[in-house]
Amino acid sequence: MEKPLTQHINLQQPLSLKEYEAKGGYSAVRKALKMTPQEVQKMVQESNLKGRGGAGFNTGMKWSFVPMGENAPHPKYLVANADEMEPGTFKDRLLLEGHPHQLIEGMIVAAYAIQADISYVFLRWAYKKAAALIRKSIAEAYEAGYLGNDILGSGWSLQMHLHTGVGRYMCGEETALLNALEGKRATPRAKPPFPQISGLFGKPTIVNNVETFCCIPHIVNNGADWFKGLSKSEDAGTKIYGVSGKVNRPGAWELPMGVTVRELIEEHAGGMKNGYKIRGILPGGASTDFLTVDHLDVKMDFKSVAAAGSRMGTGTMIVMDDATCPVGFVHNLQHFFAQESCGWCTPCREGLPWVERILLSIEKGEGRTEDLELLQMHAQFLGPGNTFCALAPGAMEPLQSALKYFRDDFERHIHQKGCPY
Amino acid sequence: MLSESEIHAIDHEVSLVPHKKAAVIEALKVVQQHHGWVSDEKLEEVAAYLDMSPAEVDSVATFYNLIFRKPVGRHVILLCDSISCYVMGYKKLYEALHEHLHIKFGETTPDGRFTLLPNACLGCCDHAPALMVGEDLYRDVQVQDLENILAQYK
Ligand SMILES: Cc1cc2nc3c(=O)[nH]c(=O)nc-3n(C[C@H](O)[C@H](O)[C@H](O)COP(=O)(O)O)c2cc1C
Ligand code: SF4
Ligand code: FES
Repeated sequence: MEKPLTQHINLQQPLSLKEYEAKGGYSAVRKALKMTPQEVQKMVQESNLKGRGGAGFNTGMKWSFVPMGENAPHPKYLVANADEMEPGTFKDRLLLEGHPHQLIEGMIVAAYAIQADISYVFLRWAYKKAAALIRKSIAEAYEAGYLGNDILGSGWSLQMHLHTGVGRYMCGEETALLNALEGKRATPRAKPPFPQISGLFGKPTIVNNVETFCCIPHIVNNGADWFKGLSKSEDAGTKIYGVSGKVNRPGAWELPMGVTVRELIEEHAGGMKNGYKIRGILPGGASTDFLTVDHLDVKMDFKSVAAAGSRMGTGTMIVMDDATCPVGFVHNLQHFFAQESCGWCTPCREGLPWVERILLSIEKGEGRTEDLELLQMHAQFLGPGNTFCALAPGAMEPLQSALKYFRDDFERHIHQKGCPY
Repeated sequence: MLSESEIHAIDHEVSLVPHKKAAVIEALKVVQQHHGWVSDEKLEEVAAYLDMSPAEVDSVATFYNLIFRKPVGRHVILLCDSISCYVMGYKKLYEALHEHLHIKFGETTPDGRFTLLPNACLGCCDHAPALMVGEDLYRDVQVQDLENILAQYK
């Protein structure tokens, strides 16, 4: 089984630029520079690479909206979204700490494809080790001539900077991220105009997830068909999957896109810890709908998880065991979302704290039967189309599915006037 | 007054962006690095230096979780209270920290040694529960580990 993204991962001592070059590193930059930017874009589009940050949009297609040619506005920007703050998600940390040069190589190739001039790695504050590694790797890439002016004599120039955030989930939302980079509050922007047309400082900008960029060098080196062939499903490539919760071996693994939930939990995570059973699964981070034991054979790709009523999200799943109270679990999630709401739009700013308080009162045994209707109502009013960005609808996904699958638990709390767990 | 080294660091950040205002988060980070937190006085100085109003700077400062607008202890403990750490028992760690240090979330020990804060997912959910002290990350933390961890910070 090929594992292009993680084959060189070394958490103790990641490859230096020289060591990476000896293993073929940065060959994708050399190859891309011999192609036209449009050819690189087309190759990525044909590979059917879909964004790994959660939404799953075709990456090459996303790039194709950037104005090109002599009349295009400059500077154009490219940003790696390394804000990873979705609860339960720890896949980008692996790529950042284990092989920083792969990200930088992917960013350079992507920047060439859209003819960007300036690039940023937007890294969350907590990733201290990654910050040091990225800083060092960027310096090495400048030294070797892969960054800076007239890269490898191509006439094209690219600058790259590390930007560390100061802690806010919303910084991961791509337009809010651009505001944060501009020194503003991380509230989202209205779309259109899309960032590809008017992004950072009003210039054409591409934002992609770390894992997305890490796929790019391999696609350019090996071709679109090879990338599609890595997968077990319609969605191309490999994916970094992860499992956390009371399993025997929590962790993250690179596997063909489309492995089943069962394979992940039973084989790779070593099954549930002694004495615990699976109650529910959030397949792709905190803002995805629950799956249950009835969904163990669902394939972890964008389409299959959607068909099962959830979302692939970040592909890092959280397992809820049978000794964990679903009401307490969902309360914890809503506490997070209420805290991290940016406050820009009313349904989310006002609604999420209500949801959190209702759940807390149910958990404490002070709930009323009508509260379940109230929660249901919020799940609709804070759902897609009613808020400015996807934070609130994302928050409603685990709530609405918990009300569906674990309704008994909510009712028991209310009738017994307390938490039975 | 902003010190020479603060001004030097802020000037560098300003040089990287198209207009001064865009460096405000970086400027606040610089101040915090020098003083541990951002006082009203410092905030006003940053505002004056970047030609912004204090209210505008404060709207940014108060938005971000890790810009401290109140004094903090010498060491800030960030305890992950998100979902995987919830499942793996962060509450036990909280109770033990509370018992040991006699502070709740948001409080600082009277000797100014520790501030305890909740933090959203630290991105190591496969090693939950997790916490950071200052810039150091601790994973798979058990209650019995806490004493040794804390002892390293004077
Ligand atoms: C509230 C919120 C938080 C997000 N956080 C992240 C994040 O931390 N990292 C990330 O890559 N994408 C995050 N996203 C998705 C981004 O908006 C964007 O879709 C993504 O960075 C695009 O990259 P991709 O096409 O490579 O997936 C977030 C979205 C929302 C609504
Ligand atoms: S949905 Fe929430 S996070 Fe998104 S813009 Fe509205 S208030 Fe901000
Ligand atoms: S939930 Fe605690 S580290 Fe992710």
